[in-house]
Amino acid sequence: MNPAFSVIFFTVVSGMGYGLLFLLGVLFALNPVSIGRNEALLALSVGAVFVVAGLLASTLHLGQPQRAWRAFSQWRSSWLSREGVASVASFVPIFALAWCLWRGAEAAALRGLGALLAVLAVVTVLCTARIYTSLKTIPAWHNRFVLPGYLLLALLGGASWLWLIGEWTGGARAQPTLIVALAIASSALKFAYWRFIGASPPTSTPESATGLGRFGRVRSVEAPHTEENYLTREMGFVLARKHAGRLRAICLALMGAAPTLLALAALFAPRASSAIFACMAALAVSAGLFVERWLFFAEAWHVVMLYYGGAQPHRA
Amino acid sequence: MTMLPPPTRKKLGLVIDLDICVGCHACAVACKEWNDGGEFGPLPDENPYGAQPLGVWFNRVHTYEVTPVSTLTPNPSPAGGRGEKSMTVHFPRSCLHCETPDCVTVCPTGASYKRAEDGIVLVDEDKCIGCKLCSWACPYGAREYSATRGVMQKCTLCVDRIYNESFEEIDRQPACVMACPTRARHFGDLGDADSAVSKLVAERGGYDLMPEIGYKPVNKYLPPRPRRGGCGSTSAKRPVEQAQDEKVDFSTSPLLRWVDKVLSR
Repeated sequence: MNPAFSVIFFTVVSGMGYGLLFLLGVLFALNPVSIGRNEALLALSVGAVFVVAGLLASTLHLGQPQRAWRAFSQWRSSWLSREGVASVASFVPIFALAWCLWRGAEAAALRGLGALLAVLAVVTVLCTARIYTSLKTIPAWHNRFVLPGYLLLALLGGASWLWLIGEWTGGARAQPTLIVALAIASSALKFAYWRFIGASPPTSTPESATGLGRFGRVRSVEAPHTEENYLTREMGFVLARKHAGRLRAICLALMGAAPTLLALAALFAPRASSAIFACMAALAVSAGLFVERWLFFAEAWHVVMLYYGGAQPHRA
Repeated sequence: MTMLPPPTRKKLGLVIDLDICVGCHACAVACKEWNDGGEFGPLPDENPYGAQPLGVWFNRVHTYEVTPVSTLTPNPSPAGGRGEKSMTVHFPRSCLHCETPDCVTVCPTGASYKRAEDGIVLVDEDKCIGCKLCSWACPYGAREYSATRGVMQKCTLCVDRIYNESFEEIDRQPACVMACPTRARHFGDLGDADSAVSKLVAERGGYDLMPEIGYKPVNKYLPPRPRRGGCGSTSAKRPVEQAQDEKVDFSTSPLLRWVDKVLSR
């Protein structure tokens, strides 16, 4: 699939924002007094900015962005619509929490709003993931690895930014251990995902696409058009294996190895230097997530390419 | 409304006879011509007379070579491989107006819908936001996005012809069906077991494309009849499996060109 920058930016940045908001919500739900007011307000703002930036970027993908409001209407059938509804709904606890923190509110109110924020953050990322996992036409997305991947990577991105915010505002969270755990789990999941998409046998073939398998093997000899069309541009983008291997390594280095090493360094290094490690980890993870999401699109093969003589890439 | 209607009794659709399609593209051209000026048009082209024209077509005609498996294997079994030759099949591809298509349900705006009265799948171009998700959900490549108009476009089964009372009865058929010089395309109600198209499907063993996806296409394809004798001397040359080149289009943006350069070191 053509890796459109607007969609990659949207899923990565709003995902990190929701990961951050989820962690903040959980912290509030568990113990509202454990988190400082400045740290909470900063985290809330950064999370909200990420989410808004992502949502605005996603409208750049649209042909008629002025009609984007219509996308809130079909939540009964469409995961894209549900995602829109959930993302807007999440601003209710965001603004309410900000208001309560600003004015000073009962711990019970903070607990309740925190829990609501955490739930809506998970629901929104879940909807984002379901947009992709529900597409039967794209085997690399229609599998059990994709949904946990979206949730886990959003959490990893959010945790690394929350660590940085904690260091910045002087909050003493036990963040580095969480970063190590999430970075290792995310890398393991992506590794398993790449193994899976490389090894899974094709579900559809040129023979099933044309129904001519009963006569033999089907080979495209002439395309309907000499130049590209929308389909070959949008769905015909397939990354070369040589590049995929290197990009996967880069991705794992940035979102797996780098934050793990930086978080471990922060655990053992003098307290004063950990802000630098946190900053480097947040940047490395963010960059790693961009590479991961670019690959997620660029490596995804669409069944329509069967009509154009393309077969599902896999290790036979 | 992007919820699917309850199963429709009337299932208007096409039956395409792969036995007699000669791959002349008349259906595709007639479709383009009618729909460019029809109710759902225009079907704009970008750079139509330039080096790389790009435009929306609702109907595309592919050509395939089908080779019996026995002639592909290095050592044909004694039972097969005699007189078996590859055949050429011309293959028109358009919207199949599926009974349970995800292209309708994924639409966030309600622009994509399936009509309850006759099962035709349409796009309301005034509601479409151009998110392209429906085209991702379609395995048949039936939907093409118009960058010029900013909306998704697709086959309408010539809904502006088939109910058009200003036409003679005989002309109330899709433009592709009217244009086909070999009568390889048939239009009718596939929900009615007694219709001419349903009988044709029953008689000739009409089938669904990619049934494993589960969208239950309404349009049916009629298989080619077995070829008599053979078609020329193609069996002498064993068809070679076309190597599936990995397609890397890194030329589209400066960023991708740079990535390609860096990674190729």
